[in-house]
Amino acid sequence: MMTTFAYVVAYLGLVFFLIACIARFMMWSKMPMHVRWELYPVAHEGGGKAAYGGSYLEDTEWWTKKREVSLFGELKVMVPEILFLVALREHNKKLWTRSFPFHFGLYLVGGVTALMLAGGLVVGYLPENIAAPVAKIVNLVAPFLGGAGLVLGIIGAIGLFMRRRSRALRDYTAPADLFNLVFFIAAFGVSLVSLVVYDRDFSMVTTFITNLVTFDLAPVGAGPAGLLLTLSVVLLALLTAYIPTTHMSHFIGKYFAYHSIRWSDEPNLAGGRQEGTIQELLSRPVTWSAPHIGADGKKSWLDVTLEDQTK
Amino acid sequence: MKQPNSVKDMGKNPGEPLAQINQYEQIPLPPPFDKIDEEPEFAQLSDAAREKYVVLDDTIAVNIEKPKTKEEEDKLVNGFLSGLEKLFSVDDNWTFLQPFEMSMEHCAKCHTCSDACPIFQESGENELYRPVYRSEILRRIYFKYVKKASPSLHGDIDLNWETVARLIELSYRCNLCRRCAQTCPIGADNALLSREIRKIASMEMGIVPKEIHDDGSVLQLRVGSSTGMTPMIVKDNIEFIDEDTAERTGITIETPFDKVGADILLIHNAGEIMAWPENPGAFATVFEAAGLSWTLSSDAIGYDGINYGVWYDDVQFARVAVRHAAIAKKLGVRKIVLGECGHAHKALTVIADKVLTGDLNIPRESSMVTLRDIIRSGVLKLDKSRNDFPVTLHDPCNLVRLMGIVSPQREIIDAVVPEGRFREMAPHGVENYCCGGGSGFAIMSGHNFKDWRHRMTGRRKFRQILNAFQDESMDPSHMKYVCAPCSNCKGQIRDIITYYDAFEKAGIYYGGLVELIVNAMVDVKPGFIDWEWH
Ligand code: SF4
Ligand code: SF4
Repeated sequence: MMTTFAYVVAYLGLVFFLIACIARFMMWSKMPMHVRWELYPVAHEGGGKAAYGGSYLEDTEWWTKKREVSLFGELKVMVPEILFLVALREHNKKLWTRSFPFHFGLYLVGGVTALMLAGGLVVGYLPENIAAPVAKIVNLVAPFLGGAGLVLGIIGAIGLFMRRRSRALRDYTAPADLFNLVFFIAAFGVSLVSLVVYDRDFSMVTTFITNLVTFDLAPVGAGPAGLLLTLSVVLLALLTAYIPTTHMSHFIGKYFAYHSIRWSDEPNLAGGRQEGTIQELLSRPVTWSAPHIGADGKKSWLDVTLEDQTK
Repeated sequence: MKQPNSVKDMGKNPGEPLAQINQYEQIPLPPPFDKIDEEPEFAQLSDAAREKYVVLDDTIAVNIEKPKTKEEEDKLVNGFLSGLEKLFSVDDNWTFLQPFEMSMEHCAKCHTCSDACPIFQESGENELYRPVYRSEILRRIYFKYVKKASPSLHGDIDLNWETVARLIELSYRCNLCRRCAQTCPIGADNALLSREIRKIASMEMGIVPKEIHDDGSVLQLRVGSSTGMTPMIVKDNIEFIDEDTAERTGITIETPFDKVGADILLIHNAGEIMAWPENPGAFATVFEAAGLSWTLSSDAIGYDGINYGVWYDDVQFARVAVRHAAIAKKLGVRKIVLGECGHAHKALTVIADKVLTGDLNIPRESSMVTLRDIIRSGVLKLDKSRNDFPVTLHDPCNLVRLMGIVSPQREIIDAVVPEGRFREMAPHGVENYCCGGGSGFAIMSGHNFKDWRHRMTGRRKFRQILNAFQDESMDPSHMKYVCAPCSNCKGQIRDIITYYDAFEKAGIYYGGLVELIVNAMVDVKPGFIDWEWH
């Protein structure tokens, strides 16, 4: 009964997480074109310019040239940034020593979960000769990386909790910020205890996940072991669902912060594809109230822009 | 040093300054300005000003009169909330909606950006000037009073007229240099939030410092230039500049005006024509020597590249940008070249990029690039030894961090300054520090604002200039040149040098980039840079 409950919450948590992430992604991607607000260095600038923060605007008659955009240049910045939080390491070492283990722990836990989900699919749906070696690899890797991830996550979250309570950050800390960290510590902590005490080889948890992806809601574990497994699954599932509804969804926002804002330097070339969108935006009504704007709710941006200001 | 204890202090202790700087506790400057007690006295705000206007700290930028009735108080609060809501509307704020929401939603309040901010640092880390302090107030007001979310989620704040008025003042304690944004691990941008607060104040409530609105963009749109120059006056002034330049260079020039079909429309910051005539004169000398097909415009606004809207108001911004483009279209030029003015560069090239369409979408080029290409072409005969003095380069934020124009100005310096004479500031390029005049400060000087800016915003730049010249003799007879290829930066650097008396005491002089080129031109009489304090 208890494990059935865990299955249901796990499904709901995963589905909610996916829906919320997609909704969040859509929200950011559907936002209207904004004026350019790039910030150099822009990582995709080609011709060696990214290294010193240069742009195509340094080129002679730049509008006549093909823009050099280097995807590799972006990856060179993005990948270390995501994995190692380079900006934080460079500019705020104190916080990095807490935030890095937290995030890296999270990646490991997320990665191992994804691995177990993939392993579960292989075990559940593919023939034994393929499934057996895959299961072996998962069983080998998961306890080690999963355990490390939980420990790092807990250490990082405790460090962050203490830092948020410090004199420097206390005033900028809302109760929700502390709650979020406690939630992580609780969910990761219960999972760690469950694994250390009852499931050191991850057999219960891999069985649970295989059952999850094969829709076999068979009970896993009995007595206190089952109970603790259920509790950890429920907490992790709730946490998973909760993350994208808070500012912790910055893992989605950050993609847009870089690609749509900081590095968004694509010029609006005469006769190019951006012009139509801009004209549509300029035809939108303005309702700003200050007298010098001269808006009445009907006049468009173009109308108020072109109005005679010489009087 | 007095400073707020908490974000929540913003609406508390009405009439009292939330922060005050003790000048004797500031970090001393490098030699020979290292004796803090020999620095000029920080002028105090008058009692009358404190009585009449909303008080935030040691100075006043915006002049918001204290409300006298409950209605006036409510008007401030309601106007602010209504403007704040509009910032989230596609119709009213498509221009910045995505960057704005990103910064509103995703700040982790980690304080990583604090170290990057020259104002926060030079204030001795006064909490009021922490980049995220004002952002946090804006965020809390939004979540609590517009979204009606529980304060447990986003933090608490009381909202009263004092909070609103002080927050507007505080948005004018930021240079909008975006150095903080560069370090943010998440991509949040406190400079943008300062600008959005300024927008609420201007576009919804009609509250703006006089220097940038009434005497700035409004005047420019009405008569043609924020300097007050009408088309007739500008032509007269340029004629005078041509004569004066010819006398100094020995080369006769006639600046072309309104030449239909010219290749280039050159737009200066009109402040150059008024305050630094040698700069337009030098441009004319170089462009003529290079045989370029170019022209100035005598149409109202066409001779003043400034666009103060970039600091506070999207509509005022668009009005000026469209007018610039329309004038270029009328002349049928192939491209607009922007003179030595950083914000004019960014305004017309980058920001207006998403405003100008169709036949108004005329290519814009930086004069750094045009000048670099002239040098590369080899058409000018140059003698570097004429610039045989120490030179340092100030990077205008708008050119470097916000446009990525970093190398052309250095290539020019390489070509006109002898080896070993150029010293970079630390840091420089895209990591530069603002001159301290950014976001309108260079032209704002009400009450004791000028003093505040020299002590708080310009001090970091002055520190950098002194450090760049530390291996040089600081004897005033040993002249040193601060090259600032931006009119506003130049004004600010002039003001800091004056404030600390650095020309008289240490031989620190300043000027533009094109002047260094003309000073090195073999065909020009030696001594174009005259080392006279103007
Ligand atoms: S703006 Fe960025 S760096 Fe500054 S406090 Fe917020 S998240 Fe941290
Ligand atoms: S934009 Fe510049 S002045 Fe303003 S808060 Fe950021 S670093 Fe400080």
